[in-house]
Amino acid sequence: MNSIKHEMRRRKIKEFGSSVYHNKTALVGTIVLSFFVIVAIFGPMIIPFSTLDFGNPEDMLQAPNGEHWLGTDDMGRDILANLISGARVSLLIGFLATLISMGIGTLIGISSGYFGKAIDNILMRLTDFFLVIPWLPLMMVLAAILGTSIWNIIFVIGITSWAGTARVVRAQTLSVKERQFVERTVSLGSGSFHIMSKHILPNVFPLIFANTVLIAAAAILSETTLSFLGLGDPTRASWGMMLHYAFESGAASANAYWYYLPPGICVVLVVLSFALMGYAFDEIMNPKFKER
Amino acid sequence: MDNNIIEVKNLKVYFKLKNIFGKKKNLVVKAVDGVSFEIKEGEILSLVGESGSGKTTTGKALLQLVNCEFDVLKFQGKEMDLTKKGLNSFRQKAQMIYQDPYQSLNPRQQIIDIVTEPLEVNKLISSEEERLKRAKEALEQAGLKPGEDYFFRYPYELSGGQRQRVVIASSMIMSPKFIVADEPVSMLDASIRTGILKLMIELKEKNNLAYLFITHDLSLAWLISDRIAIMYLGKIMEIGEANIIINEGVHPYTKALIRVMPKAGVKRDGLRDVLEGEVPNPTSINSGCKFCNRCPLATEICFEQEPEMKRIGKNHYAACHKLEENSEE
Repeated sequence: MNSIKHEMRRRKIKEFGSSVYHNKTALVGTIVLSFFVIVAIFGPMIIPFSTLDFGNPEDMLQAPNGEHWLGTDDMGRDILANLISGARVSLLIGFLATLISMGIGTLIGISSGYFGKAIDNILMRLTDFFLVIPWLPLMMVLAAILGTSIWNIIFVIGITSWAGTARVVRAQTLSVKERQFVERTVSLGSGSFHIMSKHILPNVFPLIFANTVLIAAAAILSETTLSFLGLGDPTRASWGMMLHYAFESGAASANAYWYYLPPGICVVLVVLSFALMGYAFDEIMNPKFKER
Repeated sequence: MDNNIIEVKNLKVYFKLKNIFGKKKNLVVKAVDGVSFEIKEGEILSLVGESGSGKTTTGKALLQLVNCEFDVLKFQGKEMDLTKKGLNSFRQKAQMIYQDPYQSLNPRQQIIDIVTEPLEVNKLISSEEERLKRAKEALEQAGLKPGEDYFFRYPYELSGGQRQRVVIASSMIMSPKFIVADEPVSMLDASIRTGILKLMIELKEKNNLAYLFITHDLSLAWLISDRIAIMYLGKIMEIGEANIIINEGVHPYTKALIRVMPKAGVKRDGLRDVLEGEVPNPTSINSGCKFCNRCPLATEICFEQEPEMKRIGKNHYAACHKLEENSEE
């Protein structure tokens, strides 16, 4: 019996894979993102240069050459090595912050929509507060108070970006809650937790998933912004920190394009791939958009 | 009479209307306004009435799915325990079958999860094997054979009739004693209806079930039920054994319904006495008999005083001021 279940699950995954494969947007997004994820996981194990050691004075701000493929920075460090180890930091921050944001957003959205009344009112006013508050100053203030460590950055981004998700999830919950199968399960005697986890969450999930991917893009951008403004973790060179150092050392006026372009391009590519995937998954997972 | 499965006296469901600012207005919709009946073990009581007469609300109120008031509500001879625990054990014995099988199944649940959900919710199974076994039994009992073929399908892969069978399988898995069936066949193709009805009757015979069968189709009610209750605007107009209601119904509203019932072998000359007018707006009901605006026999008293339920014959009651004159006709 269990083998049937596994077979069905395998078929579902295969089906999903094939629809991703046939959807060009999803395919491009997935490939680009997978590339960066692989680089982030395995890259730091194979790069020959240490990213934190200062190089020799004669290595400072070298243009791309045979030894340093993407040149060196103002401290004589290899740009490619920095870029690769930065991928790990940037993606880690992006993913974890997204996880926190989606977690809070989903929890607040579903409870607010399901319980209604006073709970809805309280939670939604809280959401409104986070929705209208200018997020960049808030993040800067929080990051400045909490100090500049990578975990604080993740936390700060996570708790400032959930409001939109909560709104969307609440709206969908309100609509799912009124469907008849929810009433049917009440008549079977199920409690609130069962209804929320087994009936509402699965029906809200595609929306959450599509939203997640877009939030991830925003989280990586936020991380870059914070780091660029000097609120990043100085011990971990994310792409944003690289941009920050490039700016501080006057790379732009020194015409050291190899210093500020690579991290910028990487950020753009990752954000773009997330956005592509977000739109494509929305299409794939929403049966209404499915082409027959 | 102690073999009543469910007994209700003076059941009321009022909905207060709100204006756009959420403030309560003084308008009240009396969806169900003082309904009393009882259903015996193994009996089918049909609740017949037109749209908006409060049939479905009555059914939901019996299962405590809407807020309601009542003088007496007994289940299996005992006062209903309205605490959370009491409700839970009640809900294991009383189930509902909904009108629209396209709405009453969660599109993201597999059939096996839907069917065994009642067991899971009430923590009645211990192992995965038992779950599969019970699901297979329930599905096959509902006519979906072989059961395991349906386990991992989703509702959208099934037809309307199959879905309704899944709903029935899921309702039956706890071997309930009482089922509210809310127009269970009205959304189905005519060709499938008989199958579902036969299944419901079969399960009734086997498990000594009682149904509250809600329908707007008087001939269907006549076909399957032991007793019929005619509802109009939240009130029961007449209640009695099916044959008696159909052949010797006394209430003017019952008569109007029966007149428009299609009958085999009877030629009609085109004209039928169709009731005039519409069901009035439920917020603006006057104090008298609910049916007076449309009743052909209505006189002053009908507009002023609400008629009481009167005994007509054995198990036969009707609420009308004009009964005597009416029956002499």
